[in-house]
Amino acid sequence: MKTYNNKAWWLIFPVILSVAFSAIMPLMTVVNYSVQDILGPDQAVFVGMEWFRAVMRDSDLHGALFRQLIFSIAVLVIQIPLGIGVALTMPAQGWRASLSLVLVALPLLIPWNVVGTIWQIFARGDIGLLGNTINNVGISYNYTGDSFDAWITVLVMDIWHWTPLVVLLCYAGLRAIPDAYYQAARIDGASRFAVFRFIQLPKLRNVLMIAVLLRFMDSFMIYTEPFVLTGGGPGNATTFLSQYLTQKAVGQFDLGPAAAFSLIYFLIILLFSFILYNWMQRVGTGDQA
Amino acid sequence: MMRKNISRLILVCFLTGSLLPIYWMLNMSLKTNEEIIGVMTMWPTHLTFNNYLTIFTDESWYSGYINSIIYVALNMVMSVTLALPAAYAFSRYSFLGDKHVFFWLLTNRMTPPAVFLLPFFQLYSTVGMMDTHLAVALAHLLFNVPLAVWILEGFMSGIPKEIDETAYIDGYSFPKFFVKIFLPLIKSGIGVTAFFCFMFSWVELLLARTLTSVNAKPIAATMTRTVSAAGMDWGVLAAAGTLTIVPGALVIWFVRHYIAKGFAMGRV
Repeated sequence: MKTYNNKAWWLIFPVILSVAFSAIMPLMTVVNYSVQDILGPDQAVFVGMEWFRAVMRDSDLHGALFRQLIFSIAVLVIQIPLGIGVALTMPAQGWRASLSLVLVALPLLIPWNVVGTIWQIFARGDIGLLGNTINNVGISYNYTGDSFDAWITVLVMDIWHWTPLVVLLCYAGLRAIPDAYYQAARIDGASRFAVFRFIQLPKLRNVLMIAVLLRFMDSFMIYTEPFVLTGGGPGNATTFLSQYLTQKAVGQFDLGPAAAFSLIYFLIILLFSFILYNWMQRVGTGDQA
Repeated sequence: MMRKNISRLILVCFLTGSLLPIYWMLNMSLKTNEEIIGVMTMWPTHLTFNNYLTIFTDESWYSGYINSIIYVALNMVMSVTLALPAAYAFSRYSFLGDKHVFFWLLTNRMTPPAVFLLPFFQLYSTVGMMDTHLAVALAHLLFNVPLAVWILEGFMSGIPKEIDETAYIDGYSFPKFFVKIFLPLIKSGIGVTAFFCFMFSWVELLLARTLTSVNAKPIAATMTRTVSAAGMDWGVLAAAGTLTIVPGALVIWFVRHYIAKGFAMGRV
């Protein structure tokens, strides 16, 4: 059991201070914006809940939220199983393990706008490998003109970009399982699937929690990559929440509504993360290996 | 044997898929702009290193790399140093509001950037830190510290508590115990944490671009202005992009053994 000691607060104090410096003032500023109509540098009128009511009725926003939800769900449903699967195939030691670790991690280390730039060319029908190949097989594909193609391209790009994170975390989790578990399973004559289901998966729970939460938060706030790749188009097929928000805040300079919406946005992420966090803490505790 | 071959095949397929876009960028970076735009070629027919030469000789390009590396390194050191005692507190003690503080830390990763950029700009201009490496490093603490605390806490929970108690009985003070005994035990945890901090700080663009203009301008921001009169300079852009992978690849090479040792995470 952990000791109950409130002096531990001194140890977390530096973290709280440093994070609060960048966290609290911007948050409060956004709260201020959200209840004011900003007319000029020194002119602001208190409008109460006006902006919140306005954004709640904004049908473009509902569209963006809906696209965002579908996107994040697709990201989780594809990347988590794929990441676990790939992590299971990676060698445990030797130069092959080192090499595959480094190669797997490469897409993670590319700045996000560069990711967009790479795919902008890579998916082009005339000079990009991917676009050209797909067109040559006889499927018409054009991510700048066709909404569905654009949406799929953003999704594939995200899978390419972020599945490695899930792989790295799962790989590390798998390596932490003591050999004794596998020996016991062998003695019991457990099948490969049983080993996965009753030993590996439960042991991966904690790293998977990090993976799921990180992937959820980051995919829900995705901005830079689709911005560079498609600019939110064609039409608004790839205008996700962040994109829409930026258009409002910077493009139309509607700071008030944009701020109000930011707060709602933040609360949505918070709510979903909280649910995921609590759910993953409880799920699987029964069959801890 | 059969199963081993299948799993090797899957891995090779995945790696090939994930390397193809990177290969395409490398391929582009060694071509002339005419070739990039003109025809599709699997490899450069007129091999040129001019794009790389531009980057290494033009100060506005290479200073971007230096700036990025400075603030990322600063952020890495700050995140790990701050997170170490906090992670120790979370792994060893329960205290008033511990679960709430932990979740609050995580919520800082959840603020959608778009509207928050303006107040960030105002905050850092007010305290006179605009366009400094420190400003970016501090801002990136927001999303790196929570993750660092989380990962380190997992590693620390794997160290039996008896070690702490024995050390205190042997007369070690807390700081001496922490530095001399505890830190060496979680060395691989620190390596893994540093890697994740490096990664998230290195790839972030919006905050870094908002808080800098000239002196601390990161490479990712430099890359957003390659549109010239002759259109996009794809070759130089691809070369710059290829070079952004190098530092990260080096870092992962250094920590590969730590990751291969595995970590399971505490925090249940």
